[in-house]
Amino acid sequence: MSAATLLSETPATADALPDLSPEEILRYSRHVIIPDVGLSGQKKLKAARVLLIGAGGLGSPLGLYLAAAGVGHIGLVDFDVVDVTNLQRQLLHGTKDVGRKKLDSARDRILDVNPNVELTTYETALTSENALEIISGYDLVIDGTDNFPTRYLVNDACVLLGKPNVYGSIYRFEGQASVFSTENGPCYRCLYPSPPPPGLVPSCAEGGVLGVLPGLVGTIQATEAIKLILGIGEPLIGRLLLVDALDAKFRTVKLRKNPECPSCGTREITTLIDYQEFCGVPQAAAATAREGELPEILPRELAERLKLGTVDLIDVREPHEWEIARIDGARLIPLATVADRLHELDRTRDIVLQCKGGVRSAKALRTLQAAGFTRVLNLVGGITRYSDDVDPTIPKY
Amino acid sequence: MPATLFLPAVLAKLADAKEIRVSGSTVGELVADAAARYPELAPRLRDTDGNPYAYVTFYLNDEDIRFNGGFSATVNDGDELTVVPAIAGG
Repeated sequence: MSAATLLSETPATADALPDLSPEEILRYSRHVIIPDVGLSGQKKLKAARVLLIGAGGLGSPLGLYLAAAGVGHIGLVDFDVVDVTNLQRQLLHGTKDVGRKKLDSARDRILDVNPNVELTTYETALTSENALEIISGYDLVIDGTDNFPTRYLVNDACVLLGKPNVYGSIYRFEGQASVFSTENGPCYRCLYPSPPPPGLVPSCAEGGVLGVLPGLVGTIQATEAIKLILGIGEPLIGRLLLVDALDAKFRTVKLRKNPECPSCGTREITTLIDYQEFCGVPQAAAATAREGELPEILPRELAERLKLGTVDLIDVREPHEWEIARIDGARLIPLATVADRLHELDRTRDIVLQCKGGVRSAKALRTLQAAGFTRVLNLVGGITRYSDDVDPTIPKY
Repeated sequence: MPATLFLPAVLAKLADAKEIRVSGSTVGELVADAAARYPELAPRLRDTDGNPYAYVTFYLNDEDIRFNGGFSATVNDGDELTVVPAIAGG
């Protein structure tokens, strides 16, 4: 399908396109001299209203390139604060911005790139209560979120409102991109009818991401958005682009609109639902609570007991994490191997299990308890909190 | 029928390779072959009843198998099966 008619009802293609000043014509000269863009295309960009959900890894190249390209109105939804670990990939924010609201640093950067942009910021999480109102003011939406509940929320809201949803997601060295929720194209639910259970798919914070990968995928999303606005080219409608940065491979697979899709097919989803519930987040938390309280130990007490030699410390992280940082006296037994290595543990001594933040070690603790170990403790906050409370020379990551 | 199963990096570590040779006359048999040879990979490809998950899609020569019979889709010699699990990072 050509992009030509996708935004035909939007101001971008209405008769009364905004004029460009001489300064704007000069600024966008490398656009306007492309016959496929021209002056009218640049005016469409100026008239366009694009909503970015997320000012993080994907949101950074999106914000920068859409602003530079002359998109007239950009909306930005985010509620996060710049953390030093963001700087490896989130180019909207700089070292001086650590601790600032992402919306503030994004505003500074975007308006520095192009002061002609009209920027509206929404310091909030996108929710079922506010999504329709926020999205309704835009021509298209770009999904730069980092979690499943918000992705389903963005999808359903876009389908209900008939707004194209330019999708991208990333993990480590790989990414996906597509264009959902166009009039005859598939939506995100056609691709993935339901989400994985919480905890199965690691986030970038848990599993890592190559810093340039959101640059690759975000610029693909920006390209698709600009094509939709201009009405040129073949957008990624009905196609899923798979990006493998490690092998330098790009491949597209075919997506079809599912006639039974409750969102865009049967249209049985007529209102926004509870997406945390849909993605099983509260159920997972309740299940953890039902399992009962874990026996725990705080970092300072662990440090004392390590000095006295009255405890065995088992680090259940991965070997590459062990290389980054470790607690003196710890022994590495990665979580996946714990069940097979129980014979290496001394049941007659207190055993403290430790990971990065305390989640994986809690799983290991359950494994030991199930095997009959009774003297087991979970290090609260993992090596990260140990670094904060006991030994700041241990690097955090 | 011999075919090639392409795994994303997140699953490739469970099979020690991004591309593995598998055999079967249907997609379900290809998946079962991979699952039998790589037990840690098995639960990431299909549920305990052998059915596909809603959040792990399979493409046989770039076509979504759900529109061609799902795991019953027939396989030809040299076909390529690509696994695309849901990811959410951004």
